[in-house]
Amino acid sequence: MVESAWVRAGIRIASVVTVAFLYLPLIILAIMAFSPSPLLVWPPTGISFRWVVEAAANSALHRAVINSFLAAIGATGIALVLGTLASFAVQRFAFFGRQTVSFLLVLPIALPGVVTGISLQTTFRTVGIDLGLMTIIVGHATFCVVIVYNNVIARLRRMPRSAEEASADLGADTFVTFRRITLPAMRTALLAGALLAFALSLDEVIVTLFTAGPGTQTIPMWIFTAIQRPTQLPVVNVVALLLLLLSVIPVYVAQRISGGEAAGVAR
Amino acid sequence: MRTLRIPALMVVLGLVAAACASPAPSGMLEQLGEGEGELNLIIWPGYAERGEIVEAFDWVTPFEDETGCIVNTTAMTDSNNGVSLMQSGEYDGISASGDATTRLIQGGVVAPVNTALLPNYEDVFEGLKGLPHNTVDGVPYGVPHGRGPNLLVWNTDAVTAPPTTWDVVWEGGGDYEGQISVYDSSIYIADAALHLMATQPDLGIQNPYQLSEEQFAAAIDLLEAQRDNGAQYWGTYTDQITSFTAGDVVVGTTWQFQVNLLQGDGTVSVDATLPEEGSTGWSDTWMIAAEAANPNCMYMWMNHMMSAEANGMATVFFGEAPTSPQACEFAETLSSGHCELTHATDEAYYDQIWYWSTPQEDCADDDDATTCVTQDDWVDAWTTLRGA
Amino acid sequence: MTTEAPVLPTATPTRGRRFATWLYAYPGAQLRLLLGGPLGWMALVYFGSLFVLLLSAFWAKDAFTGLVVPFDWSLAAFEALLGNEVYRTIAVRTIGIAALVTVTDAIIAFPIAYYMARLASPRLRALLVVAVLMPLWAAYLVKIYAWRTILQGNGPADWLLGFFGLPGPGLDALTNSWLVFSYLWLPYMILPIYAGLERIPNSLLEASADLGARAGMTFRRIVLPLVFPALVAGSIFTFSLTLGDYIVPDLVSDAKFIGNVIYDNSNLGNPPLAAAYALLPIAIMVVYLAVARRLGAFESL
Repeated sequence: MVESAWVRAGIRIASVVTVAFLYLPLIILAIMAFSPSPLLVWPPTGISFRWVVEAAANSALHRAVINSFLAAIGATGIALVLGTLASFAVQRFAFFGRQTVSFLLVLPIALPGVVTGISLQTTFRTVGIDLGLMTIIVGHATFCVVIVYNNVIARLRRMPRSAEEASADLGADTFVTFRRITLPAMRTALLAGALLAFALSLDEVIVTLFTAGPGTQTIPMWIFTAIQRPTQLPVVNVVALLLLLLSVIPVYVAQRISGGEAAGVAR
Repeated sequence: MRTLRIPALMVVLGLVAAACASPAPSGMLEQLGEGEGELNLIIWPGYAERGEIVEAFDWVTPFEDETGCIVNTTAMTDSNNGVSLMQSGEYDGISASGDATTRLIQGGVVAPVNTALLPNYEDVFEGLKGLPHNTVDGVPYGVPHGRGPNLLVWNTDAVTAPPTTWDVVWEGGGDYEGQISVYDSSIYIADAALHLMATQPDLGIQNPYQLSEEQFAAAIDLLEAQRDNGAQYWGTYTDQITSFTAGDVVVGTTWQFQVNLLQGDGTVSVDATLPEEGSTGWSDTWMIAAEAANPNCMYMWMNHMMSAEANGMATVFFGEAPTSPQACEFAETLSSGHCELTHATDEAYYDQIWYWSTPQEDCADDDDATTCVTQDDWVDAWTTLRGA
Repeated sequence: MTTEAPVLPTATPTRGRRFATWLYAYPGAQLRLLLGGPLGWMALVYFGSLFVLLLSAFWAKDAFTGLVVPFDWSLAAFEALLGNEVYRTIAVRTIGIAALVTVTDAIIAFPIAYYMARLASPRLRALLVVAVLMPLWAAYLVKIYAWRTILQGNGPADWLLGFFGLPGPGLDALTNSWLVFSYLWLPYMILPIYAGLERIPNSLLEASADLGARAGMTFRRIVLPLVFPALVAGSIFTFSLTLGDYIVPDLVSDAKFIGNVIYDNSNLGNPPLAAAYALLPIAIMVVYLAVARRLGAFESL
């Protein structure tokens, strides 16, 4: 141990406070989900499960869930393909502008969402493309690419090429080698990237608000409109709590398969 | 003789036909067809309810069941938002207030309405037909939904003496510093102008929406003083409701809608009134997009919203005046005295209400000499006021 | 490794195999095929739309109807921006809060990241990583509304501050935005710093202690320089996310940010102005990213 006892104690206390800080609003959220009042009254006057019942019966919410999942699957699929292609190109080849590729790929996520949203919306409208589920998928895929890219390239850097070379020596062509050797070795990186991209797409609201048509709603959009209607506020809390509890599993799984590589978990 | 009779008959018939068929203004729907199955609307919050807030108040589901047009709604925050959304071309219709209608008509974004296709139109109060903000040369560009004033609301526990003038949110707001709730839209400048009409008559303001540079500057000064007194701006009605409930604000400008919801909830005790100087208000019109993807559904909706049940329900729910005697009758069954309360047939009452209108450079009058501050300048000034 | 039947070369090579051989002979083509998809997508969808945005800043708006006329060139939007000093005020305010949030998050993130990287047992570490990641899965809008409940009148914040005799924050304070932003982006700062700290070999710190350096000096001279790229990587997100956000300022404060101007104008009928103003955060972030890349942040993403 390098650190003095004082320093260690101080760090421990700070960590506890930080975790408490992180979870404070979530605890408030959980409390308000069961508050009987339709308005955000503090402190809550009792416990009620009526919002859970209403959430289960809300058909707009069901449609939003389906749309969200469709959009997330579509975006993740596109991101997986494009991200993997790009990471192979950058990691395996030396070419002019190699450094720029990661820079370009990170831009959609590094530039503010409102900018991406407004530029996509202006373009779609000027070109005459109708806003709908497809435009949402296009928007989401664009900033999900870099997540898959980061995960895959981190893995590629650590993968020895000896196995692939051996495979080639034994007569397998590029595609067979890819299918039988490379892909299985990359599986966990792809899975981690896909999970993160999926999560990001599910929770994204700003770009989605700009690229969705009038009849299409994703879960965050449903939350956004429901939150503006007084009696839907607590239903929103219930939905959010449920999403949070359900997400423990994939987060834990993603953490396990990423092993120690906390890097590449950006966003 | 026989050989001449038939051509003569044709000529006569042709002339008669030409005389009867008046050329329809371009874009007007000629015939009502089958519903397209979908309807995309821009609405004021509370204008298209499906029983989510109060179960009995649902006038959308019956419409969907009857016509098969599934209704999707987007709520606008203010008229500028509504105009912008309508301009995107993705919506079939909008419940536009008077400060949106003019821009939409001028921009060719909305189409004239063929009232012959709307059986319920003849029931509408005569006083609501042919109004300048939604009619051009006698051709209607929409059907009325309802009208109402902007009210002064206060928390009866915090504000013990019921206010009777708008003073309490302007010069008299010192007691309630940081607790005043006002509408976050450029149209609110008119409320400042309205107050100046009463307190500074030598400014000569005739119409709170058509202001000279000097009158406009005075209104902005008043708004800046209000802002510096800690005014809280509500963009969506839930903002105002949660602020009142939490005790963050105790007095402000509102719609009857919020008053109804707050009184229904009961956590805080509020009351509202129309102050003695009068107030701004709105008269809303359902308009159809010129490029509507679902015009038949939109016409069915417009007809539906003029029916006794739908209009009665909608106007009781929001707290505005119904548009026909039949709607009034139905409204009475839901809320006794509703028509009296909202002065549905009292045109004199509405003489003191300044409906939201669009500020225009030519001051919307016949006097060529006067120029007024434009809509764009209003929005700019509001951005500056809020952003500083 | 799978245990399927081995793929033996046949007498007549399949089309796939012939293509693979051709690719092998022309690595340039292989590269172009690999890059074509992603870069093509980025060029068409992303940069194409950014270009349209840039163009739209120069489009005129009909004075009365408010309809934007595409390809009708005008400098009106830029004149409006430069002529009104409120836009400068808003820009300065946004950049200031973004910087403040970044610094705040860096300070808060460091202890817990250090704990996770160096002091916690492997099981506790995995648990903490999950614990830090979890709030990211709570819907962003809902977290903001939870903070509204905390900060509003007669809420928990009021009650807590009341103990110290201080007035509650209310829902219009600028500090509310700083607080909520710091909360929202904290995990994005913790994780890269954690990764960066993890990479520092223990031997370095021990050597520093052996040579007589106290904790403070070790921190300043060894740890900080080594973890700096990770810090910059985290800061990209805290800064950029604050720079463009409009929902937080809308809901918990009354002060307008750059994001508000862009959103309001695109929604209230002045898209060219929104587009013109959007060029500002784009320019800022491009510069920021270029600097960050120099400082090695991209390796720590």
